[in-house]
Amino acid sequence: MGILFNTLLMIVVAIAIPGVINRTRALLAGRKGLPFMQHVRNVRLLLRKGTVYSTTTTALFRIAPAVYLGAAIVALLFIPIADLYPLISFEGDVICFAYTLALARVAIILAAMDTGSSFEGMGAAREALYGALIEPALMIGFATLAMFCGYTSFADIFEHEQSFNLHLTIVMFLIAYLFIKITFVESGRVPVDDPRTHLELTMIHEVMCLDYSGVDMGMIHIAGWLKTACFSMIAANAIAATCCFHWWFAVPLAILLTGISVGIVESTQARNKLVRNTTYIVTISALAALIFFVGYLLQLDINI
Amino acid sequence: MNYYITDNLAGSVSLKDIPEVEYAALYNDLKERLKQDSYHVAHYFATPDGNRLRFYILLLDDAAHKVMVASFSMEYYEDVALPSLTALHPALHVYEREISELYNVEFDSMPWNKPLRFPFNRRNRNSTMDNYPFYTIEGESLHEVNVGPIHAGIIEPGAFRFVCNGENVLHLEIALGYQHRGVEQAFCSTENHLRQTLLAEGIAGDSAVSHATAYATTIEKLCGKRASTALDVERTVALELERMAMHIADTGALSMDVGYQLGQVACEALRTMTINTTQAWCGNRFGKGLIRPCGTNKPLTAEKVEMIRTNVKEIRRRYNEVREDIKSSPTLLSRFEECGIVPKAEMQRIGGVGMAARASGVKRDIRASHPYAAYSTEIAHENIVKRQGDVMSRLMIRSREVLQSADYIEQLLASYTPTELSRPDYEAELAAEALSFSMVEGWRGEICHVAITDNKGAISTYKVKDPSLHNWLALAIAVRGEGISDFPICNKSFNLSYCGHDL
Repeated sequence: MGILFNTLLMIVVAIAIPGVINRTRALLAGRKGLPFMQHVRNVRLLLRKGTVYSTTTTALFRIAPAVYLGAAIVALLFIPIADLYPLISFEGDVICFAYTLALARVAIILAAMDTGSSFEGMGAAREALYGALIEPALMIGFATLAMFCGYTSFADIFEHEQSFNLHLTIVMFLIAYLFIKITFVESGRVPVDDPRTHLELTMIHEVMCLDYSGVDMGMIHIAGWLKTACFSMIAANAIAATCCFHWWFAVPLAILLTGISVGIVESTQARNKLVRNTTYIVTISALAALIFFVGYLLQLDINI
Repeated sequence: MNYYITDNLAGSVSLKDIPEVEYAALYNDLKERLKQDSYHVAHYFATPDGNRLRFYILLLDDAAHKVMVASFSMEYYEDVALPSLTALHPALHVYEREISELYNVEFDSMPWNKPLRFPFNRRNRNSTMDNYPFYTIEGESLHEVNVGPIHAGIIEPGAFRFVCNGENVLHLEIALGYQHRGVEQAFCSTENHLRQTLLAEGIAGDSAVSHATAYATTIEKLCGKRASTALDVERTVALELERMAMHIADTGALSMDVGYQLGQVACEALRTMTINTTQAWCGNRFGKGLIRPCGTNKPLTAEKVEMIRTNVKEIRRRYNEVREDIKSSPTLLSRFEECGIVPKAEMQRIGGVGMAARASGVKRDIRASHPYAAYSTEIAHENIVKRQGDVMSRLMIRSREVLQSADYIEQLLASYTPTELSRPDYEAELAAEALSFSMVEGWRGEICHVAITDNKGAISTYKVKDPSLHNWLALAIAVRGEGISDFPICNKSFNLSYCGHDL
């Protein structure tokens, strides 16, 4: 029961985050804004539509959205929600999680190249570069968790480290911060990418999906929500593990952490110049490395 | 060299008074004169005159505030190549390209004689948009990105061809002409002055007031009626309101393009407030219907003056806050600064005009150099000039001009008592065989309208120049070496008109 409840809650988180982002942005802009569930309505509309395929594309282009969504769903099943166990859990599932999402990225990049459009080629190049640059951050983040807790499965990592201790709290808060940063990059939000822009030349993720329509587009949107929910939940779990290891704490935390921080950043700040994105993302990796060393030193139990 | 010397306020010129010179003399004179910063060409065009082709050139002397008019002619079918002035002064490329496209006049050693806008009456029907000769560069690591002519947004059509090395733009070529409607011919095909006014308002929808003012002044000069001081004041207020509205809109659009939501929504609200002020005055948000030759249908009343003053003060206060915000936001500065630079020398060379030129340090503003309307009486306009020539300086020029315009409106209206104004006169007789021109500094830059009448006093040639005609090339130069992802903000920082160029 608990396992299915976990999956259900993850879906709730995935649906709620874009809503909270939109509400935050509307509030800060002094607008009435979109209804909370507008993004769901939009996707429902897309799912009822047919699709149009460019004649230059091959089967690869048609399969990609399914692979993308499939990979995102599988990745979602690895993530525990505080005390709720995930559906899939085994030793080393953190690595499996990371590369399931990498598979999703490869699928969508190949599909973008398949269209032969110069826009999508540019988008694919950008996505590939940023994907490669963010991977060290993700891996070092997982390594820190594994080193500090001694497990390589999400469920075990968060499950077995919930007694209060200062060292753990420091590391877990840093990890949460790191994963929020990664969420920004992975879900293509400002300052790295701007999901609202209409300018093809500046897009990263959106430009790769220009040729998709109807059901395919809907699937890509849903997969995006799920990915965001995964990273957001990892951050929430890290915090929950230090103070209140219950699902009813972790779920709202995951929604609000990402929802509000993305909402505030998108309202008050411009996005990066594209060439600065590289620096920005490499800095996240550097931050991950720092956290790793902090974790290592704390684990040595040096008196600080 | 013999020129007919006049200025932007003087009446029309009889065609007989315009000296007809040899092209060689004109060529040698312009070759030297255009080397000086204070000279630039306001218009240069050819028009059939019996069995001859007569060329007119309007040269502006910014230092002496004079307009110099000269002409030359050649046989309509004469097969002589004229030495190209573009080769020496690239600023003239648009004029020579137009003449060449329309009348097959050959310009010797012209560097790049491409079609300008594919009008229906062009000489070479084999040259079409589909076989537009885009410039290409060969190379293993280069790729081309084509944007348009149909764009994703609600903007007008125009084809952009980028040659890129990875993310970097090596070269951008802009092909226009998709919006060509034959505006200039349409002016000549009707003698109805009201219809012509409506045409002028439709040349570029975002500069309706400026183009209508340029048209109205041209016609007034031809019928020898100068607008009264009060009418001049009202027109100037309308022009400055238009400038404010567009500059505010562009500040918002630039914020939107870099994903800065606060600036975007604040400017959208302020822009609405500005155009609603115009609407409350004349019933149209873009000021259509406000400017009419020899009079107005929408005179200001004391209540309207009060309403405009209150609104403009409020807009000025709130816009200033947005401006301070933008100036103090590091993420915005990192996007706008040192992006899309057009150096002063380059801007001078290609003949950039208006606010884009002022952002690069080229002091070109008709309000100061060739004053008209209230700029010649109540306002002594001071140029706002910046040196950097990047997106940020274009944005800052805009924002300072908004404040300046608000001050001008306040200055004009504070001492203004609404009086009875004449009604528009659409029936006025025009002087026969005369040339009349009018220059107006629209929000984008100098607008120049020229009308030539035949022996019955009907308009036989009408030429329009929108500042976009010059500044599109500045955009192409601005993005050289930039990342292709910065093209949208470079583009938005100029915000040029497609239909103003294509006519």
